[in-house]
Amino acid sequence: MQTTDPLKVAGDELESRLLLGTGGVPSLGTLADCIRASGTSLVTVSMRRVRPDAPGSPLQTVRDAGVRVLPNTAGCFSARDAVLTAQLSREALGTSWVKLEVIADDQTLLPDVVETLAAAEQLVADGFDVFPYTTDDLGVARRLADLGCAAVMPLGSPIGSGLGISNPRAIAAICESVDVPVVLDAGIGTASDAALAMELGCDAVLAATAITRAEAPARMATAIAAAVEAGWLARAAGRIPRRESALASSPFEGLLGS
Amino acid sequence: MTIQVNGRPTDITEPITVQHLLQQLDLPRTDVAVAVDGAVVPRSSWQQTDVGPEAQVEVVTAMQGG
Repeated sequence: MQTTDPLKVAGDELESRLLLGTGGVPSLGTLADCIRASGTSLVTVSMRRVRPDAPGSPLQTVRDAGVRVLPNTAGCFSARDAVLTAQLSREALGTSWVKLEVIADDQTLLPDVVETLAAAEQLVADGFDVFPYTTDDLGVARRLADLGCAAVMPLGSPIGSGLGISNPRAIAAICESVDVPVVLDAGIGTASDAALAMELGCDAVLAATAITRAEAPARMATAIAAAVEAGWLARAAGRIPRRESALASSPFEGLLGS
Repeated sequence: MTIQVNGRPTDITEPITVQHLLQQLDLPRTDVAVAVDGAVVPRSSWQQTDVGPEAQVEVVTAMQGG
């Protein structure tokens, strides 16, 4: 089932509107299963120091699946570290795409938007296609888009929390006012959260923990992929307006006793 | 001389290039990137770039995450 239009982003077309994060995946075999079950076209990885005893790289799994890789700058607290990490990822993996993450502290993992904006500006100038993780603040999302980012990735709720979309109106407002793709990042807990993101107008959803730490990861990948498609279709179909009172769906004409 | 490689003090014989350092430490040379003192050393320059005393060398690759 592939019912959505491809996502046009950074001069490329992604068949699937579900981005898969690999954090927390219990094994490379499970990762392969999740990539297949999700139908994803884009998979994130982080950049870390080489460990000669590392059990194996997710890169080969991603390559075998024939999908694009999106390196991130997860764990960076400053623009300087994020820019260096992005430059290293471009050199190591041969892609100018980078998911920019600069966090404010290691408890909430919330974005540091001042550092994020500074890093985005430098990376865009350096020729990167920047996918910044940001808050659900409209002003910041607009500035990131204006700086030339390829997309904006507002959080639904904190990373790994599974709390869903805390402020749906803020996400909808961003979707309405920026002219680059909006990818709902962080907070997805289950399929309905992903459907809501798409119904609010998001162009794509990134899910990691919700899939990789589910009891049955590949099954959850299938569920969230279906929800992304359902939400996209519902958005395109145009939902009915909400009303304060009932609206009968059966005609009153010809009612018994009338 | 002693340099830092991925945060660990490492004794090497000088002079040494980035290329030789990776070989000497038996580190992977594919899907990795190297920074010396906070600046990326492109793969094309590994053979010409010397690692000086007290250099901070980072060798990174892709892991699960995000």
